[in-house]
Amino acid sequence: MSAVAGQVQAGPGRAGLLPFGPRGWRWLAGLVAAVVLAPLLITALSWLQVDAAIWAHLRATLLGRLITNTVILLAGVGVLVLVIGVGLAWLTAVCDFPGRRWFDWALMLPLAVPAYVLAFTFIGIFDYAGPVQGLLRDLFGTSAWFPPVRSTGGVVLVMGLVLYPYVYMLARTAFLAQGAGLMDAARLTGMGPWRAFFRVALPMARPAIAAGTALALMEALADFGAVAAFNYDTFTTAIYRVWFGFFSLETAAQLASLLLLFVALAVFGERYSRGRARFYQRGVAGNRPRIRLRGMRGGMAALACGTVLAFAFVIPLIQLLWWVAGNSLADLDAQYFGMLLRTLALGAMAAAITVTVALMLAYARRVQPDWFTQRAVGVSTLGYAMPGSVLAVAVMLVFTRVDGWLAELFGVPGGQWLTGTVIALLVAYSIRFMAVAFNSVDSAFEQVRPSMAEAARSLGSGQVEVIRRIYVPLLRPGLFAGALLVGVDVMKEMPATLLLRPYGWDTLAVRIYEFTSDGEWQRAALPAVTLILVGLLPVILLVRRSVAQRRRVSGPVPGAAP
Amino acid sequence: MRRMVFPLLLAVGVAGIVLGGVRGTGGQDEAAAVGDEVVVYSSRQEHLIRPLFERFTEETGIRVRYTTDNAGALMARLQSEGRNTQADLFMTVDAGNLWQAAERGLLAPMESELLTQAIPVHLRDPDGHWFGLSVRARTLVYSTERVDPEALRGYADLADEQWRGRLCLRSSQSVYNQSLVAMLIASHGVERTEEIVKGWVANLAAQPFSNDTSTMEAVVAGQCDVALVNTYYFGRLQSQNPDVPLAVHWADQEGNGVHVNISGAGVTRHAQRPGAARKLLEWLAGEEAQALYGALNHEYPAREGIDWDPLVASWGDYRVDDTNLAEAGRLQTQAVMLMDRAGYR
Repeated sequence: MSAVAGQVQAGPGRAGLLPFGPRGWRWLAGLVAAVVLAPLLITALSWLQVDAAIWAHLRATLLGRLITNTVILLAGVGVLVLVIGVGLAWLTAVCDFPGRRWFDWALMLPLAVPAYVLAFTFIGIFDYAGPVQGLLRDLFGTSAWFPPVRSTGGVVLVMGLVLYPYVYMLARTAFLAQGAGLMDAARLTGMGPWRAFFRVALPMARPAIAAGTALALMEALADFGAVAAFNYDTFTTAIYRVWFGFFSLETAAQLASLLLLFVALAVFGERYSRGRARFYQRGVAGNRPRIRLRGMRGGMAALACGTVLAFAFVIPLIQLLWWVAGNSLADLDAQYFGMLLRTLALGAMAAAITVTVALMLAYARRVQPDWFTQRAVGVSTLGYAMPGSVLAVAVMLVFTRVDGWLAELFGVPGGQWLTGTVIALLVAYSIRFMAVAFNSVDSAFEQVRPSMAEAARSLGSGQVEVIRRIYVPLLRPGLFAGALLVGVDVMKEMPATLLLRPYGWDTLAVRIYEFTSDGEWQRAALPAVTLILVGLLPVILLVRRSVAQRRRVSGPVPGAAP
Repeated sequence: MRRMVFPLLLAVGVAGIVLGGVRGTGGQDEAAAVGDEVVVYSSRQEHLIRPLFERFTEETGIRVRYTTDNAGALMARLQSEGRNTQADLFMTVDAGNLWQAAERGLLAPMESELLTQAIPVHLRDPDGHWFGLSVRARTLVYSTERVDPEALRGYADLADEQWRGRLCLRSSQSVYNQSLVAMLIASHGVERTEEIVKGWVANLAAQPFSNDTSTMEAVVAGQCDVALVNTYYFGRLQSQNPDVPLAVHWADQEGNGVHVNISGAGVTRHAQRPGAARKLLEWLAGEEAQALYGALNHEYPAREGIDWDPLVASWGDYRVDDTNLAEAGRLQTQAVMLMDRAGYR
């Protein structure tokens, strides 16, 4: 392990295929930041028109509660994803217990479940009118002691179950990469396994865990669908209330920009507290004998994994299938194939674009680590914290304006070259999910020792060659993971898809909206199940990839086969 | 696998664009002249409007292209597109939304003998910016097992002590509740309405629900005894389960009458095909389409003299609050603020 400032010293002038030197990367990062900033600035511009009456009303009635609610939600979801994500990652990556090989990948499956789907399914199953409490009333005459589902606890639980895979995945990879030497060394100093975990393994995995938690929290902050199903007031629901109830898009945008400010501070705070330290894994982690959990302890571990998986994935899926069988199978028609294809196509295109841009940003940050580039890269990932609907409107405002200029320029009224095509939608996706791709790509970069690139450059390789021959092969797992994560997220995305899709580009998420917006949850089950199944595709690729990677890292474990 | 990832992603993407594009614009070539199609922005669900549009196309040969989203987002889009917009007709649910669209200058006033004759005065904009096309009544639904219908009166009476812990409501985030409270303000004034809403909140048996269907399911399950819902949701529930132990009570029959809301439409200000838009709007107010509204979604036709859907008719006739619905739009902001003050979430 060595802690060094992560920089790649790039010699001047050797531009290779690229028409610009290292300084060019700075401008490239600046350009991306500008594209992201445009909608954010439009949001901020709303402050030019402050509606004092609405603000006075908000201060008097809602603001206190929704700030408290938002903080409680963040704290609750944060604790939950950390406990579930890190705990299960440690179990599956380092320990051995019955069913471990199976849980190892199965625990990633909930990634395919959109938060809004889990929310309405959960309420359907566990609320007063649902089958569980119904059964309890049949058996015991009352279900009054059952904890209220549509409550703070319920929201936190659902969000935690949907979002823990972000932490699980990244923490698991980090634990796997740590290898045996580290823990052995810790144990040799006399630490017990728990102490070694908290003092050595956990701090080493901190960047990965922090990245995963940040993603989860930003998602929780921006969520509307799930909190709306629970009627839980947060910043996002207030944004909708102001927008649709008071018809003040300006005040809604002002609330959104406050939210964004909050996130920006948190993100920069986390980066600052991590400081300049970078950890690089030296050498290949060798075989590591797993910590065997026998008897009761093994059973407890399996029970923990099984419980999480059951509530986050299996039970909701069964309920959805039940609804499909009972109510919405008749809706299945030829349209579904088209919707499925479009859902996949948008996911794939957005994934390719977003990861490519994320790669450029992560590289720029290393070639040209000056103040401007660092900030530009930071700004480029802010879109994730914007509530999807606000970002969608902001992007729409920018693009209709550009379309207007283009129409004037070419003298064709009604031309919609951006908003009438998938371009606007793809840009919106890229802005929204840049953080997902970037975190993945950037943490892959962290694992590449700068000395490798330095060596290549000192041997006369140009920039493009360094990227192509050193970085891309080493980063491939990270790029791949980033692409798949973005793909899944895009397929689940709802507000931007609704607002910016060209005519005829209905996706599964659009169909879910059509039904849920009218309270027809049972009929929404069919598109929801389809979406989950489609989302499993990238998740399974992700799983296979990481399992293969682990085999390469740790080699076959002798005697592990039953 | 290793080198295939990005080419694969791109290939799927390109295939999607081609197929999606072809599907999206399918049939456009047939519509050679601009006059042969009409573009609609709709916040009414796709599965409810598509059958209507298909019938319209069959009869007139005019193709309908449409996009769906919630009303607020579509209005923002209309506004920002300005004269560049493709949309000819803006269709939405709730009078408040239509009023707001007219207020922002997104709709063009239209004079149509046909429409003014077909649609009653209180269901359309006095200046002809928008017209109601279907009527939805928001009233009381109660448990037939636990409630004596004699005890039920109107909206205000749900604030009575006798309903403590027996009332279920949908969230105040719902535009239907916002319009209902706006209309209560119109008839009772702000102060009295605030008392009523506070009474409702005190009587709630459970957190407000996120939709009308869940609200009624709570009544069925016994969590509460009375709910305020749009009748077509009850219609859906009843058509799935004819024995559902719920019934409709028509509110305020001795007072102002039942609060009704509309789904409706207006021609956009910058419509490029105003003729076709007008044709579609008039067709939607015609007898065939009006009957379809009831058949598709258990709503009431806006036009008088159309037979109601049999299930809808089984709930009986009722007196309607005929205050012009533009009031709901005008008072909506006040209504939302009032609900916030009353702690109605």
